[in-house]
Amino acid sequence: MEGGYSRVVEDVHPQLLDLIPNERNWFVKKDNNNNIEGDEKKLELRLGPPGVEDWSLSNAHKNYKSPQKAAQKRSAPAPVVGWPPVRSFRKNIASSSSKPAPAKKEKMVDSCQKGFFVKINMIGVPIGRKVDLNAYDSYEKLFVAVDQLFRGLLAAQNDTSGGRVNGNHEHDKAITGLLHGNGEYSLVYEDNEGDRMLVGDVPWHMFVSSVKRLRVIKSSEISNTCCLGSRQENIKL
Amino acid sequence: MGFPEEVLEHVFSFITSHTDRNVVSLVCKSWYEIERWCRRRIFVGNCYAVSPAMMIRRFPEVRSVELKGKPHFADFNLVPDGWGGYFYPWICEMARAYPWLEEIKLKRMVVTDDNLELISKSFKNFKVLVLSSCEGFSTHGLAAIAANCRNLRELDLRESEVEDLSGHWLSHFPDSCTSLQSLNMSCLSSEVSFSALQRLIARSPNLKTLRLNRAVPLEKLSTLLRRAPQLVELGTGAYSAEIRPDVYANLTEAFSRCKEVKGLSGFWDVLPSYLPAIYSVCSRLTSLNLSYATIQSPDVTKIITQCPNLQSLSVLDYIEDTGLNALSLSCKDLRELRVFPSDPFVANANVSLTEQGLVAVSEGCSKLQSVLYFCRQMSNSALTTIAKNRPNLTCFRLCILEPRAPDYLTFEPLDVGFGAIVEHCKQLQRLSLSGLLTDRVFEYIGKWAKKLEMLSIAFAGDSDLGLHHVLSGCDSLRKLEIRDCPFGDKALLANVSKLETMRSLWMSSCSVSLGACKRLSQKMPRLNVEVIDEQGDLDSRPDNCHVEKLYIYRTVAGPRFDMPSFIRTMDQNPTYRS
Repeated sequence: MEGGYSRVVEDVHPQLLDLIPNERNWFVKKDNNNNIEGDEKKLELRLGPPGVEDWSLSNAHKNYKSPQKAAQKRSAPAPVVGWPPVRSFRKNIASSSSKPAPAKKEKMVDSCQKGFFVKINMIGVPIGRKVDLNAYDSYEKLFVAVDQLFRGLLAAQNDTSGGRVNGNHEHDKAITGLLHGNGEYSLVYEDNEGDRMLVGDVPWHMFVSSVKRLRVIKSSEISNTCCLGSRQENIKL
Repeated sequence: MGFPEEVLEHVFSFITSHTDRNVVSLVCKSWYEIERWCRRRIFVGNCYAVSPAMMIRRFPEVRSVELKGKPHFADFNLVPDGWGGYFYPWICEMARAYPWLEEIKLKRMVVTDDNLELISKSFKNFKVLVLSSCEGFSTHGLAAIAANCRNLRELDLRESEVEDLSGHWLSHFPDSCTSLQSLNMSCLSSEVSFSALQRLIARSPNLKTLRLNRAVPLEKLSTLLRRAPQLVELGTGAYSAEIRPDVYANLTEAFSRCKEVKGLSGFWDVLPSYLPAIYSVCSRLTSLNLSYATIQSPDVTKIITQCPNLQSLSVLDYIEDTGLNALSLSCKDLRELRVFPSDPFVANANVSLTEQGLVAVSEGCSKLQSVLYFCRQMSNSALTTIAKNRPNLTCFRLCILEPRAPDYLTFEPLDVGFGAIVEHCKQLQRLSLSGLLTDRVFEYIGKWAKKLEMLSIAFAGDSDLGLHHVLSGCDSLRKLEIRDCPFGDKALLANVSKLETMRSLWMSSCSVSLGACKRLSQKMPRLNVEVIDEQGDLDSRPDNCHVEKLYIYRTVAGPRFDMPSFIRTMDQNPTYRS
């Protein structure tokens, strides 16, 4: 049996442990034959009496790095029958189910509750708003809402006398062109993978299920980054 | 004892524990007689320790029989196919002798479709069938049970290996069957007819436990739940579906109606977005099995922090130390924790789960009694801390994935750490060892583990002395299973009489010689010393060769004759050898 005691162990004296600290990682030298494959020879840890060569406990502790580091040097262990002791139906859990993907948090909960409020910030406006995406069923309606949310705030920012956030905004400058991307502003969003995306490419319900927050940015910012190429990969085609 | 029989019988009816009833029967001859006529429940921990005929002769009025077959290491493929554990001889005799039998519970036995059909036709009042880790039958056998057992209350197939020919078996429950209280089909893979399942559930008002299989889709779970709001234990099917608000809303609502649910399991293929649907039941949960759920620590934590009444948690190591820390703060009633490895065959840690998680739980959960923990590193100091925190532990099973792994801080063996466990946890009944261990740990175990009943050892020890410490010191030991340890003849032959006080001893890949097995068998006629050697040719082997595998158990039924050719019972009477 691989790695087992099926051979007679005449001398039960534990074999030598020969640790050679090498920069950041431990390498373990084997000084004996075994049935284990080549790579594995680096990994076999066996305890020996202290004081052998330069090895000592204090040295070991000083030079010891995290187990992960040592583990990184390991190749896959040779399979031993019945080890580790897990039932066969537990063996392929990680591979048979889809691996957990922490970034992919669909906004199922929020979109199914009464309101699905996401933050929305606008460039030039220090105070953000929240918008209930469940209240709309199309991009058109969202853009209208964005306009209503920020028109007054934007005007207040530009108005040196300060003050009016609420109240009649009909005479303030409308925030238009979000829909067609040809206005002064564009609407982008951050999706469940952390990427910044231009609003409007995917069907509405798909957008709602992946959006995390919204931003109203200057359209010029998009063309600038396009030129620089830094956000190229984030702009969906 | 001047009491009339009826009075004694009445008194005995309150004595239900098997050990107590056994003791009662030893008081005197008349008590033995009275007791044997009114014994209703039998537990046979090793189906080869006694014959069916003997059981029936002594206990003629039994209503419930529980049998166990293969050794525990069969779970990990260490027991070769064809080993034995056949239910056949038992059902043949019981069908004839126990027409009023109501319950059959089997563990690690081989059961065939014919056996199941015989059960279904022999016992008019049959109520409970539990097949735990059994094999040898198919869904045809289940169909017979469903069709013929008019008063079936419980059908539990936990972790059995079933030849899954089709899901039609479930449709064999007649419309008149309304008695079902518990159904566990989680081990099956075939899709059952959903409408049949739905109707079965709808006409079972007393259904308390329902464990579905993976094939039952999540979209349909709410339909089932709505028909069984009285459920106490629920096992879901696959827990993912296309993201649809209506499915989610239905599921959430269905769960919120299940006011009695105390236990949840299932959760294959979890899509985290659907998890909040169960939040409404979390506060009542006492048992949660997420050991198939490949969800990460934040999602696991989100659930368990809403379960203040949790007593039992099974989970994958995706929970990580952070999740276990949260567990230790939220679940103050926790009694049992089982952490399984998500990727057991990979050497590198794929998750951040270390000994610290277990230490945290041992600190925060004062009622913790039972631990099963798979991890990649351990230290003596952590073990000692755990032992001092939780002297009330009754079951401690630690599996450090790499065999012979030392204390990762000091590189020393883990003798001292496990020693602390047995020293402080005086009520410890079950212990599984792992990591680098010398004979010293066995010295501690022999000295301290006086209540230990089951011990599992792998890749440990230096010499026979280790085994000797255990056999001579552990007064309550019933089951001992050992693999890949340098234990040989001396310890066994020095402790022969101990073996008769135990249920069984398993040793594989150790250093026991064939000759020692023969001598042991000759000395102890009431032990079956079975040598398993798949290389064949046992007869021509010299006495000094080591046996591959050895299974020794006490029995009053003599050697068994249902073994394959590679298993041999050592001769008890050499003079009669042909």
